[in-house]
Amino acid sequence: MIGMFRRISSASAKILLAAIKATERPATGIVSRFASGVTWRGSALIFFALLATLLAPLVADRYLVSVLTTVLWFAYVGQAWNVMMGFSGLLSLGHALYVGLGAYVSAALFVHFGIGPWAGMILAILVAVAAGCIIGFLGFRFGVKGVHFALLTIAFAEVARIGFDHITWVGGSGGFFLPVEAGASDPLNLRGSPLLFYYVALGLVLGALVLSRVLLHSRLGYQWLAVREEPDAAEASGVDLFRARMTAVAVSAAMTALGGVFQAFYFNNLFPEQVFSMGRSIEIILPAIVGGIGTLIGPILGAFILTPLGELLTFLIEAGGLDLPGLKQLFYGVALVVIVVFRPEGVWPWLARRLRLVRQPGDYRQPGEGA
Amino acid sequence: MPIDYYLNIAASGLLTGLVYGLAALGLSVIFGVVRVVNFAHGEMMVAGMYGAVLLGGWWGLDPLLSAPVMAALLFACGWLLQRGLVNKFVERPEHMQFILLLGIATILVNAMLMLFGPDARNVQVPYSFDTVEIGPMLLDAVRLRAGAAAIVVAAALFAFFRFSRTGKAIRACADNPLGARVVGLNIDGLYALTFGIGAAVVGVAGALMTLLVDARPQLAPEYTLLSFIIVIVGGLGSLPGALLGGVLIGMSEALAGFLLTPSLKSLFSYGVLIVVLLLRPQGLLGKRS
Repeated sequence: MIGMFRRISSASAKILLAAIKATERPATGIVSRFASGVTWRGSALIFFALLATLLAPLVADRYLVSVLTTVLWFAYVGQAWNVMMGFSGLLSLGHALYVGLGAYVSAALFVHFGIGPWAGMILAILVAVAAGCIIGFLGFRFGVKGVHFALLTIAFAEVARIGFDHITWVGGSGGFFLPVEAGASDPLNLRGSPLLFYYVALGLVLGALVLSRVLLHSRLGYQWLAVREEPDAAEASGVDLFRARMTAVAVSAAMTALGGVFQAFYFNNLFPEQVFSMGRSIEIILPAIVGGIGTLIGPILGAFILTPLGELLTFLIEAGGLDLPGLKQLFYGVALVVIVVFRPEGVWPWLARRLRLVRQPGDYRQPGEGA
Repeated sequence: MPIDYYLNIAASGLLTGLVYGLAALGLSVIFGVVRVVNFAHGEMMVAGMYGAVLLGGWWGLDPLLSAPVMAALLFACGWLLQRGLVNKFVERPEHMQFILLLGIATILVNAMLMLFGPDARNVQVPYSFDTVEIGPMLLDAVRLRAGAAAIVVAAALFAFFRFSRTGKAIRACADNPLGARVVGLNIDGLYALTFGIGAAVVGVAGALMTLLVDARPQLAPEYTLLSFIIVIVGGLGSLPGALLGGVLIGMSEALAGFLLTPSLKSLFSYGVLIVVLLLRPQGLLGKRS
């Protein structure tokens, strides 16, 4: 339909070649792979950003730590969404489904069977991956594409929202609550101070970043890019479209489910109306869109831009003594429109070009080299 | 007696479904011609609802009379939106269009939340508790009027696309944009006109909806999704399909709300959507692309 306007660009051709070559690529170490393409400025910036996030709790107060934890959470789930949309070109507008499934499964295991999140997350991931695979299977086998695929993902998230409203075993629409003990410190069950959660969230973000980078430079990653750019050409050159897309959905669902586990144990309450809502799905996709779809740093940068701005706005509203419940969301809407009109490729590729953080100027159609 | 019960529910579902169908018609028109999915559709509909509520509150205007006013207003908004923003995105990748309209939807719904608050608002009409007896059925007067008005507007829209020169030109655009440009049609102008018509139609649907439902900002995303479901069930780009889909969804919702619990009724619509997407992705009356 709309895709007919796309032409085979030189960028796509390059990616295709890379996909074919990927089999012959000599295996290099993860560290050297991770640093390739980044200038010394970029490396220094990454190093200092890492140091700053590691040391931030030393100087930050409780409030700031909680804001930073939220930032990291959105950076993480944005990164997870990016695997599907950014790397493989599959627009999911129902990622709240995987967050919710991960959250509810791990919370139910903890509350009903006393199984801690570190073990429970395995089942949480499995359930989310299963859901993703069902959606993916139905979508890809039946040729549901583009708009229709996005709607399919929304439909499943909405079905889950309404369904969980009626599952009384996990509280139904009244909400599901995890027991909270004041002053408890039990990292094995992910119970403890905000600091614990901050570092767990940081670990998630770093883990997701490394995983995405490694995946992107693997055979699978090149296949994803090829499928995203030119599915027909990719198929012609031997890429199994169905398998490539299914793995993208599975990886993305698994990563997102972990974010859900974290959310359940961090907030200790779950309401289907919030967890599975369409609004939540949009919040998940925002960081990657603002930062740069398909880039590695984009979702992280996007989260660091959006959440603090949202917090600042809330603060200003409260300071002004106003009661405007929709203003923060209104701001997110404006941010979406402004970004998509003026910086469609996102903030990061532009910033990376401007500050010369990467060796090859970031063409946003080449996410592998954009970060 | 039970049969009468079901007949009654099915008939009121059908009348509500006609209004749903009218809303979906707007979406279908925009998608069929401009090839952009209007993610702010439910938001426009709720804007139409609030317009009718305000007009009703200020001058005691019946929603049936507010409908043309809202049509004109939303036509202008839709026209401007297409001219100012959406037109730049017509040839951009699909996800960009999605994100743009998602942003517009978010702005609209939260602006309405800030302006009108989260509480439900309605219009007082003198006939709100009247019923009309047709055979074994006892129908609400409001529902009958809303359904009848929806049919009139839909018929006018069909006639416009079938017989008027402009309507034919728009259909030509939908069929083959390049060909239309070659024969000298002003594509950008026609796109703006189409977006305006789509917005006007959903504005009317919104005004009519105030007869049946109280206006709340939270309805907006629900109506967006509902319109999508209807359009996909009926067939994207097919105008009769949108009406048929609306009636089907309206009736299934009414029956599901009666047989199960009302809170499960939209689950039913999503079930219908998933089945149609899988078995007949082009929709009931859609053409296979």
